[in-house]
Amino acid sequence: MLNINNLHVKLEEEDKAILKGVSLDVPAGSVHAIMGPNGSGKSTLSYVLSGRDGYEVTEGSATLEGADLLEMDPEERAAAGLFLAFQYPVEIPGVGNMTFLRTALNAQRKAKGMDEISAGDFLKLVREKAKALKIDADMLKRPVNVGFSGGEKKRNEILQMAVLDPKMCILDETDSGLDVDAMKLVSDGVNALRDAGRSFLVITHYQRLLDHIRPDVVHIMADGRIVKTGGPDLALEVERNGYGDLLAEVG
Amino acid sequence: MAVAQAKIDALAARLDALDLPHGGFTRAARAEALARLRATGLPHRRDEYWKYTDPASLIAAAAPAAALFDGQEPPVFDTIDRLRLVFVDGVFDAEASDDPALAGVEICRLAEADAADIHWAKSVYGVLEARGQDPVSRPLAALNTAAATDGVLIRATGRAAKPVSLIYLHKSETSDAILHHCVRVEGGAELTLLENGPAAARFNKVLEVDVAAGGRFHHVRAQGRDHERRAVTHCFARVGEGALFKSFTLTANGQLTRNETVIEIVGDNAVAHVAGAALGDGRHGTFHHDDTVFVTHDAEACESRQVFKKVLKNGATGVFQGKILVKPGAQKTDGYQISQSLLLDDDSQFLAKPELEIYADDVKCSHGSTSGAIDETALFYLRSRGVPLEEARALLVLSFLADAIAEIEDEAIQQEITSRLEGWLARRR
Repeated sequence: MLNINNLHVKLEEEDKAILKGVSLDVPAGSVHAIMGPNGSGKSTLSYVLSGRDGYEVTEGSATLEGADLLEMDPEERAAAGLFLAFQYPVEIPGVGNMTFLRTALNAQRKAKGMDEISAGDFLKLVREKAKALKIDADMLKRPVNVGFSGGEKKRNEILQMAVLDPKMCILDETDSGLDVDAMKLVSDGVNALRDAGRSFLVITHYQRLLDHIRPDVVHIMADGRIVKTGGPDLALEVERNGYGDLLAEVG
Repeated sequence: MAVAQAKIDALAARLDALDLPHGGFTRAARAEALARLRATGLPHRRDEYWKYTDPASLIAAAAPAAALFDGQEPPVFDTIDRLRLVFVDGVFDAEASDDPALAGVEICRLAEADAADIHWAKSVYGVLEARGQDPVSRPLAALNTAAATDGVLIRATGRAAKPVSLIYLHKSETSDAILHHCVRVEGGAELTLLENGPAAARFNKVLEVDVAAGGRFHHVRAQGRDHERRAVTHCFARVGEGALFKSFTLTANGQLTRNETVIEIVGDNAVAHVAGAALGDGRHGTFHHDDTVFVTHDAEACESRQVFKKVLKNGATGVFQGKILVKPGAQKTDGYQISQSLLLDDDSQFLAKPELEIYADDVKCSHGSTSGAIDETALFYLRSRGVPLEEARALLVLSFLADAIAEIEDEAIQQEITSRLEGWLARRR
């Protein structure tokens, strides 16, 4: 599904390398986690994959089902099936959540040569997905993320994911700012979307999210590289011993 | 004294080009306005109040020509059930208008009513305008009172069955229209006034609104899209006890627009809101839009809001001069003023002069003014969800304007204005 090969990235504005040769292969249907200390380049990886400005790829490649992601605009990547759940979802005053969702869904359908979804079908789809995430009608009516609590914002990200139905989901620190109940809701929402045709890249600083969203593979990232890869146990090891020991071990 | 002489000369030339009506019930008001005008002369670029807007084309003896807009577009407010009154280049067109009979409202045409010496509008015509001349003189409004040839006089005695809609058509490239409307909303009555259209190559309009105790007045206008038209408009409002005054203006295009709103709150517990959304694209020549607002609190526990948003591109200029004056004794005043611009490129500019002048000690007044570009993070967020760049930009422009549009109370009218904005944005992708 997602293939990243020897990806080198620097900041556009200054001569500072952030990613120094990341290689990663996420097959269809699997859940990979990336853990790592602050400043290791985890969020940069998610931004570069989704096409945010401000980064320059100096070497390497990233493809989604064989298509070159790095050549596409952010909206083209979305239409190709990539979705990034933001660490800090953006507030957009004056644009209703429903309007936002419908605009996004229809834009993606249009990009795929499909007709716009009918108002009735759209409403049905959103209500069904919203219910599972305990998102009420009021939250749907309000402007995008405006006045939402931290937990509501993250649930709203998962709602967008559920409605837009992407193939490759990147979750950037989705657990940050969540209490235990909200973490469970969000994780349940993600788990409900797991299937053979969809892959996940879960970026997190802590192991606790991975108790709820069980990964198939765990990567440890440090200083712009993946330094260790293993099974779910690797996350537990981090939790027990911290990053220090592990990084010392890989040198 | 070069300026003073220039102003007097400009006035002489302007008056020479006009055929001043004698007036019936308006005769005294017209004469007084003319006297005021002779005392001040016409505005000049060097007047403090015109620092940001050059009035030259507004005061010239003849109206500069303005090409007729050839864009195909359904007229705004078409989905609203309303009483339509049509003016073509500043002249009332009875044929094209609806029968002006409406439950709860008396409507007559200024040009006809002014044959009589007695009329209810005598207590409004030129009266609110004259009150609005202090502490800042507004010579173009005085000129209007002296020279207006037509307009409507609307008196709401109950709840108007539907909005009264003034439609201004522009059919002559050199038309110079001077319209003067008077509205009185009696105690407990309610009226919605809609206005739309470019009106003329050059348009000078005064709207005087007297809202009596407990009355409610809503005003929504969409100024015409003609690229070359020029307009100077004044709205003078007097708001009584427990009354409501709300005004919203959408301006898209037009070479020069100066909209002055002068509100005097005279009764306790009254509410006065004035808002505007302007979208300017300088690619058709010039776009210069000026909102000048003066709100006076002269009663207790009143609320006023000024909410102005401007979206500017291709060298467009936006101006905001807004003032809140709280007079001695106007305790518990709640005044707020915000003016913001979204600059879509580096060529456009926004000039703001917010002012507060407060002579009471128990008040809550604040103001803010910002200029900024599109939020790149929000833009990326929308694009990451699959929304194409230009559509994402349009959504963020609407988002920026939302607070101003929210000032329109009626949802259907609000929707009309939003669709109009969406159309403007869609044409610029």
